Amino acid sequence: MNAIQTGEKRRMKHELNGKKFLLQGNEAMAEGAIAAGCRFFAGYPITPASEISERMSYRLPQVDGTFIQMEDEISSLGAVIGASLAGVKSMTATSGPGFSLMQENLGYACMTETPCVVVNVMRGGPSTGLPTSPAQGDVLQARWGTHGDHPVIVLSVSSVSECFSITVTAFNLSEKYRVPVVVLSDEVVAHSRETFTIPTADSIEVADRIVPNVPPEWYKPYEDNSRGVPPMAPMGDGYRHHVTGLAHDARGFPTERPDEIEAFSNRQFRKITNGFFEIQITKKLTVEDAEIVVIAYGSVARSARRAVAMARSQGIKAGLIQLVTLFPFPKNTVVNLMRQCKAVIVPEMNMGQISREVKRVNTGLTEVYKYNRIDGKLITPMEIFEEIQKI
Amino acid sequence: MISGMTELRHKYLRHHKKFPHVWCPGCGNGIVLGAFIRAIERLNLKKDDIVFASGIGCSGRMPTYVDFNTLHTTHGRALTFATGIKLAKPSLNVIVVMGDGDATAIGGNHFIHAARRNLDLTAVIINNQIYGMTGGQASPTTPYGAQSTTSPFSNIEHAFSIAELAVAAGASFVARGTVYHAAQLDKLIEKGIRKKGFSVIEVMSNCHVQFGRRNEMGDPVTMLKWFKDHAVSKDDGSSLPPDSLHDKFTVGILADEDKPNYIEAYKEIREKSQRN
Repeated sequence: MNAIQTGEKRRMKHELNGKKFLLQGNEAMAEGAIAAGCRFFAGYPITPASEISERMSYRLPQVDGTFIQMEDEISSLGAVIGASLAGVKSMTATSGPGFSLMQENLGYACMTETPCVVVNVMRGGPSTGLPTSPAQGDVLQARWGTHGDHPVIVLSVSSVSECFSITVTAFNLSEKYRVPVVVLSDEVVAHSRETFTIPTADSIEVADRIVPNVPPEWYKPYEDNSRGVPPMAPMGDGYRHHVTGLAHDARGFPTERPDEIEAFSNRQFRKITNGFFEIQITKKLTVEDAEIVVIAYGSVARSARRAVAMARSQGIKAGLIQLVTLFPFPKNTVVNLMRQCKAVIVPEMNMGQISREVKRVNTGLTEVYKYNRIDGKLITPMEIFEEIQKI
Repeated sequence: MISGMTELRHKYLRHHKKFPHVWCPGCGNGIVLGAFIRAIERLNLKKDDIVFASGIGCSGRMPTYVDFNTLHTTHGRALTFATGIKLAKPSLNVIVVMGDGDATAIGGNHFIHAARRNLDLTAVIINNQIYGMTGGQASPTTPYGAQSTTSPFSNIEHAFSIAELAVAAGASFVARGTVYHAAQLDKLIEKGIRKKGFSVIEVMSNCHVQFGRRNEMGDPVTMLKWFKDHAVSKDDGSSLPPDSLHDKFTVGILADEDKPNYIEAYKEIREKSQRN
């Protein structure tokens, strides 16, 4: 943190807070990260995420941060985790093919409980797919992509403003819960330009990881507590400890004892469950009396918003739940609305990855309809409106 | 009276933690760890200022045993984590230990790019010419014609020379030692850590269990003697007739250059970015 405090005066003139810009989603994500305290970024060029790296390469040195272009996405996430272990908030950004490469080290971040933010600007897939077209095919990969049972938080963004604010949220949750947070954007959100005023610094809530308040000889880096989130000592501050991707005990050393492994694994899930109240973020539009509820996220949520307004103007009682948090899946919010509505429509630019979740939590409460597009084209408001009319 | 070495052990080993270690009796890794500890002692560095990182394999377990900031990362990726740590906290001395498979197969790309980038890291690569922990499979440094569990009829791939690869990739400091030449090894590691820039120390080491046994190299002592007989000092090598060198390898410092290092260069980048 010292690096941030030095050069404070020089830094001030590069603060953009309170100023209005015409920003791309990708650029707003970079600004959101900086506002959240991110001072390290490692990345590798990939369409449609490259603008995040480009802006970070320009902006981070201005605020005494560090940008590095690595040799691939594997090393990008490796460097990000390394920097975070040394106490600096860190991020990387990529798209599908790079996100696949990151799965290995994403698991390492889960296992070692190292906070970091990974942005995946989704494009058509699989493989090289459609580099310049939007898709939402990586939703379940974001949840389950790395091997082994693990907790992870997955957020999604649908506008330039959210690219900023949800990136801040991603850092806050990552720091508070010591988990990697994946932010799913898509090509449309990433490259849309909207006017956006960067909020003033005092209006942005920033959370920092908790550091130990015990002497180094008492410190156990993975010891349980009421929150299930142990304090995290940055490397080099006197709290020498061991960090490993192997299953480990409370001191961080490899263990094969079932009792220690079970306690560790349970804590991983418990800490997220404890935080559902602030992790599971949704936005609602005219749901109070809605008979038909659209559940959408990402750029599709924009179309859905319009479609719901169109339906309302035709006298149809329609509403929208925009899922900002995809995982842990906001079950309570969704189920509560299922109790009141006749039908739920889940439009997605995939073959139904979130509709699976919606169906999973629907215990005969309502009808669930999915609407899917996998041709690299955005789902339009009219298409969703027509689906609403069909019911 | 306790001996100097015992004192050093107590000073640096996490002796009350995860011992006994996982290495086979006679393994060269212990000699490398000893050399590393002696180098640190001579450099008079604070334990808190040292990050000791590793990848996966027998070498990957080394940081577990020593009382520094230690990091056991994913296979082949140790240098990438080290890169992040060093950039986030340049005051730390970041030392990475890897095996031959770790550094030059799965981590080969990270290795050459770390050398090219010239960030101030020290890479100690223990080359035992085999994948030891997983049971003796052929590695990128297994000699042509050698036996391994994945080349049961003979290895038909050609071996990397790690130190020469590091020189070609642009590392500032490159040296090769062996576990036989233990006193020299201390000094090579010490110089590597001292060097501002990317340093590589390749250490030829014995895996008598997985490599030696299948290739009739004998017991650990015989293998150590093999290193003695086949190592040629960098300074002597050029004066010997080429015919006598075909089964030999050079030891000593292969490269020692001063180049702009990444941390210093990035400071200038920050200043440039803040000028307007």
